Amino acid sequence: MAPSNSKQEAPFRLFVIAALLLLGTGMFWGVTGGLQYLIPGFLKSYLPFQKIRPLHVSSVVFWIIFNSTGAVFTYLQQHTGKKIYSQLLIKIQLIIFSLSVITILISYCAGIFGGREYWEFHPILALPIVAGWILFLINFIKSAGSFRNQPVYVWMWFTGILFFLFTFLESYLWIFPYFRNNVVNDMTVQWKSYGSMVGSWNMLIYGSSIFLMDKISNSKNYSHSSMAFLLYFIGLFNLMFNWGHHIYTLPTHNYIKHISYAISMTELFILGRIIFNWRASVSAAKKNFHKTAYRFLVAADAWIFLTLLLAIIISVPGINLYTHGTHITVAHTMGATIGINSFLLLAIAFDILNDTCLSFEPYKKLFNRGYWLANISLFVFWISLIGAGVVKAKWQLSTSQIPFSSMMLQLRPFFIVFFISAVVMMTGFLCIIYPLLKNNVLCYFKFKTTGKIQTHYYSPAA
Amino acid sequence: MFTEKRKNIIAALLIVAFLSYSFFLYFSLPVKNKSVSKETSKGKLVWQQYNCNACHQVYGLGGYLGPDLTNTYSLRGPAYIKAFLQNGTATMPNFNLNGKEVNALLAYLRDIAASGKGDPRTFTINNNGTIQQ
Ligand code: HEC
Ligand code: HEM
Repeated sequence: MAPSNSKQEAPFRLFVIAALLLLGTGMFWGVTGGLQYLIPGFLKSYLPFQKIRPLHVSSVVFWIIFNSTGAVFTYLQQHTGKKIYSQLLIKIQLIIFSLSVITILISYCAGIFGGREYWEFHPILALPIVAGWILFLINFIKSAGSFRNQPVYVWMWFTGILFFLFTFLESYLWIFPYFRNNVVNDMTVQWKSYGSMVGSWNMLIYGSSIFLMDKISNSKNYSHSSMAFLLYFIGLFNLMFNWGHHIYTLPTHNYIKHISYAISMTELFILGRIIFNWRASVSAAKKNFHKTAYRFLVAADAWIFLTLLLAIIISVPGINLYTHGTHITVAHTMGATIGINSFLLLAIAFDILNDTCLSFEPYKKLFNRGYWLANISLFVFWISLIGAGVVKAKWQLSTSQIPFSSMMLQLRPFFIVFFISAVVMMTGFLCIIYPLLKNNVLCYFKFKTTGKIQTHYYSPAA
Repeated sequence: MFTEKRKNIIAALLIVAFLSYSFFLYFSLPVKNKSVSKETSKGKLVWQQYNCNACHQVYGLGGYLGPDLTNTYSLRGPAYIKAFLQNGTATMPNFNLNGKEVNALLAYLRDIAASGKGDPRTFTINNNGTIQQ
């Protein structure tokens, strides 16, 4: 394995550091949006909800993309034991991505939108993202070497990188009138692309988490096992064909809906496996819970169970009819992106960033508090969204509908709980992010001036 | 169970299936392209330009602060919509749209309303969990 915290890993760390900043920013926009739910017209003339929503969603999606990219580079280098093919390409990619994100966030403030759900910006700004991603692909292929006998995570990284490129380009097919001129055609292709895109970043994140698990347990048995590959192929199958569960009520081809319904149900296998392995997971969790990185993996495990359960339920068209268009969808989205993706990414960020010239020992208590605050409040946050969704679902299907604005008034108590839990959750996350950023930034400058780093290794086992 | 060769075969089959499905779909989109009026095309771009989607849904997809607009045109008519567009509400901003933009948005919302029914009450649920309109 290449030595960690060597000079070569510095740019990878910058991806992770930028990612953490984006997570912090993204939550700030989220809380502002939550406040706009409570106070109609709040900030309407400066930053109305149509600006806040894309600011929030783009910041957090870029948190996921930046952190996954940093993770893939770091872990690929540790896996092969050789340097990444080109440091220069990584630096160019980092600069392109950073400038693009800043421009994208500014463009929303200036009222320039892509105007499509759920992640869009002006098509011109998509070009640098594609260019940066192609550099990522080249660097990955050149560094990975042969694909023979590779563990499952190398397959997952490659899949994630390829499919992100494909689905991202696909999400811009609307610029051709052939695709956008009819609303049903447009929405079919739109949700085909976004439905699969989520799967592509999940591949990057899950792959990196499997690598991290191997590293913590010091064994490569799982990542070469048939079970790992079976789960990978089920995941890939879903990534490719389950996207139709977003558009059950759209008058599009029926076969799209039937295929998606059937394929979404294959996830029951994964759910079954979690239940079957429950005991073993709990005892492993107990044994390793004192390791900070591992702790986030445990939290993500619990959230995988909750999210998968909800996802399978709302993928049944007859149930989806009720939940579609309500905050139950938001509970699903944020449950997955926070509970699963963000906790896994924090475990990874911890693993990559904990090796600095300063000790994390003084922050142990703060991490611990942040961890529990984030988890408990996320659960309340999730339940409040489901509660709001249930009330709206009933309204959507009632024969004597009260006006929309009266229904929204009934949801107010849920939005109040949502907002309070969100503020607590953000506090929890900040308790975790702050020390990571602080030590890394301080040590980065120390490194710049002294040219060498004194490592004060805070092992994840400490 | 998964030899190197089997993994490659499964991956290749999946990729071929995915690409065939994708391109088949691109060339057989659900609605055969009828010609659309210039107004409607422009309306879609105005809709995107102001990010109406952040608060409104079409076929249940979009942001959640405002109501679903799939069939608003057929249910409420153009005058009602125009009133909202020209004045805004406590939550919805007044975008100070010009006459052309308002007409384009109206044409677009009319086109959406004509494309189908988004109201979940218009569906029935079959025993196998599928739904039907
Ligand atoms: C900041 C959020 C927001 C944005 C952005 C927004 N709206 Fe609205 N809109 C609302 C809300 C909330 C209502 C419901 C008002 C009420 O019932 O009190 C509404 C109501 C409407 C209605 C009436 C619907 C009905 O059934 O009564 C129409 C039509 C409408 N908006 C069109 C648009 C269009 C077109 C755009 C883009 C140019 C847009 N809105 C942008 C929040 C928004
Ligand atoms: C303090 C924490 C947060 C708050 C208060 C918050 C709030 C919100 C709000 C108000 C919306 C818009 C819902 C609507 O359209 O009406 C939203 C959407 C969304 N949020 Fe968050 N959020 C938070 C954290 C996060 C994080 C950390 C992530 C991801 C890592 C995330 C991912 C998303 C996504 C993907 C959507 C789009 C949802 C959809 O369309 O279904 N959020 N959030």
